[in-house]
Amino acid sequence: MNVQSATTPGRPSSSGRPADGESRVQSPTAVEARGLTKTFGTNRAVDGIDLTVCEGEIFGVLGPNGAGKTTVLNMLATLLPIDSGSARIFGYDVRREAHAVRQLIGVTGQYASVDENLTGRENLWLFGRLQGLSSKRAHGTADDLLAKFDLTDAAHRPIAQFSGGMRRRLDLAASLITRPALVFLDEPTTGLDPRTRAQMWHTIRDLAAEGSTIMLTTQYLDEADELADRITVIDHGRKVAEGTPDQLKAQIGTSSLRVSLTYDADTARAVALAAELIRDTPIPTPTGSGFSVTLSDANQAADVLIALRDHHLDIAGAAIEQPSLDDVFMALTGRPSDTGVPATETSHS
Amino acid sequence: MTATVTNPTWATPRPATRTVQASVPLHDAFTQTTTLAWRALLKMRRNPEQLVDVTAMPVLFTVMFGFMFAGAISGSQASYLPILIPGIIAQTTITACVAAGVQLREDMDKGVFDRFRSLPITRIAPLAGPMMADLARYAIAASVTILVGILMGYRPGGGLPGVTLGILLAVITGWSLAWIFLWIGTITRTAGAVQGMSMMIMFPLAFLSNAFVPVSTLPAWLRAVTTINPVSHVVSAMRDLMNKGTITANVGWALLGCATVAAIFIPLAVRSYTKRV
Ligand SMILES: Nc1ncnc2c1ncn2[C@@H]1O[C@H](COP(=O)(O)OP(=O)(O)OP(=O)(O)O)[C@@H](O)[C@H]1O
Ligand SMILES: [Mg+2]
Repeated sequence: MNVQSATTPGRPSSSGRPADGESRVQSPTAVEARGLTKTFGTNRAVDGIDLTVCEGEIFGVLGPNGAGKTTVLNMLATLLPIDSGSARIFGYDVRREAHAVRQLIGVTGQYASVDENLTGRENLWLFGRLQGLSSKRAHGTADDLLAKFDLTDAAHRPIAQFSGGMRRRLDLAASLITRPALVFLDEPTTGLDPRTRAQMWHTIRDLAAEGSTIMLTTQYLDEADELADRITVIDHGRKVAEGTPDQLKAQIGTSSLRVSLTYDADTARAVALAAELIRDTPIPTPTGSGFSVTLSDANQAADVLIALRDHHLDIAGAAIEQPSLDDVFMALTGRPSDTGVPATETSHS
Repeated sequence: MTATVTNPTWATPRPATRTVQASVPLHDAFTQTTTLAWRALLKMRRNPEQLVDVTAMPVLFTVMFGFMFAGAISGSQASYLPILIPGIIAQTTITACVAAGVQLREDMDKGVFDRFRSLPITRIAPLAGPMMADLARYAIAASVTILVGILMGYRPGGGLPGVTLGILLAVITGWSLAWIFLWIGTITRTAGAVQGMSMMIMFPLAFLSNAFVPVSTLPAWLRAVTTINPVSHVVSAMRDLMNKGTITANVGWALLGCATVAAIFIPLAVRSYTKRV
């Protein structure tokens, strides 16, 4: 077994590596990356990203398609060579001590990484055996995980017959066989229906409560908001912001007014009117009729609505909202998140 | 090797309480290889069509060559079969090797390979495991050929010991030559390309040898080519073993040839494989 639970807890000193080639984990910082860079041809997919993930937290990497999320994760998970910069996982250098790093992490990639030819139980047994469990214990762990992930009924079915959600769950289960201290999850809920998605969120929170550090990527703003203790927002391979969900929201004001109009054609005039009244630039709703604008004072909402009424612009709906991460994204990158994902309509802080 | 206690509450051990190994101990590497060999065998069982090249093919070739060329080459079927059977074994073994490269290429593109790469296992296990499972394929190919031969009237003079040693030699040959095709599997981008390139190596290897025709009928330059082809020595050795029950110098040359191929292509395959994964 490569990862053992030792009997003596307590922080080890980083200096004393025993002679038998084993060592104790050195650092309480789960991930420490500096200037992480990856170039594909002429495309700088990841361009000098710094990251620090503390032990025990859920860390979200948020960004649109092609932002470089998967590339960052794969570099940290030893799956992709790092072009320049450095990364340490619990103190182990990802480049030079990849084998040690692999003993501490579990990776659930963006695409399923289980064997299509095997059943769910055989898959988990295989990965258990590969990681040093005895055959019996590998079977036991497989059954425990299948039960935990609600896959017991499907245990003996080939993966080819699994639904997308089942595959995703099996994939996650396969990453947890040795109870890794750090779990990488690349877009864990992409393609899941709302109910399965909520279940996955629940599972991820449980995992964190049980003591795993989690680094997940997502293009869903509500997901990062919902799950992550801290979020880093990346775009075009660069970090554009980092902080707790509340800190990010605070960066763009206290609240915002979201107005939807009955007629698309009114949008431009409405935006112009709002701009006269409020210092912040109103942002048209990506879907068309309406806009949102940041308020420094909630009373400004009334001014805007009265002005629209006075100019006979028909209001279909209006809401004063705590800022969502959608707004953060807009404010930070100058464009809305590309994905047609429902933004958080309610504030949860 | 003690495992993590399966904790009923699933509490994750704190990182600071874990011990980490600097490298994979040898017996773990062996377990990993046999585990991946098990995976490959299971895959074979689930997809029996993967065995066509070591079952239907040797049957087809033995029957076809046995009836077609017997008269032309040896005068009679009874006298041709002892020459032909070892030749067919060599040829089907080489064909079976090609599949090793194609399979590796297909496997490397699959998602499960990403997981292998993220696990703390010896880098070479996903390559060595299927190689171990393929030994069964070479044994099947050789056995099927001999069985069909016996049905057609082949009576191996070497008896059971000679035939067993012949099959063993075929398995060793398959394992050694497969490294050529594994290497091709690691340097090409698609399974189709592996297949294409492999054919260009497979055909000369199998046919520019003494596998199907007596070398004495060939022009001198071609005879020279067949002499340096290790497959010729494998075929000669197999004929001696199976037909006469004698272990001749040809066995030594055959093993030396296999060892040479392995010595060249194992490092090439492993190096280009570890670069890719
Ligand atoms: N193997 C590769 N070869 C060439 N370019 C690549 C490769 N992998 C990624 N890229 C490029 O790097 C950039 C970042 O890709 P990456 O997959 O990291 O994005 P992402 O944030 O994970 O996107 P998504 O949300 O679609 O998964 C993209 O422009 C992509 O085209
Ligand atoms: Mg991605």
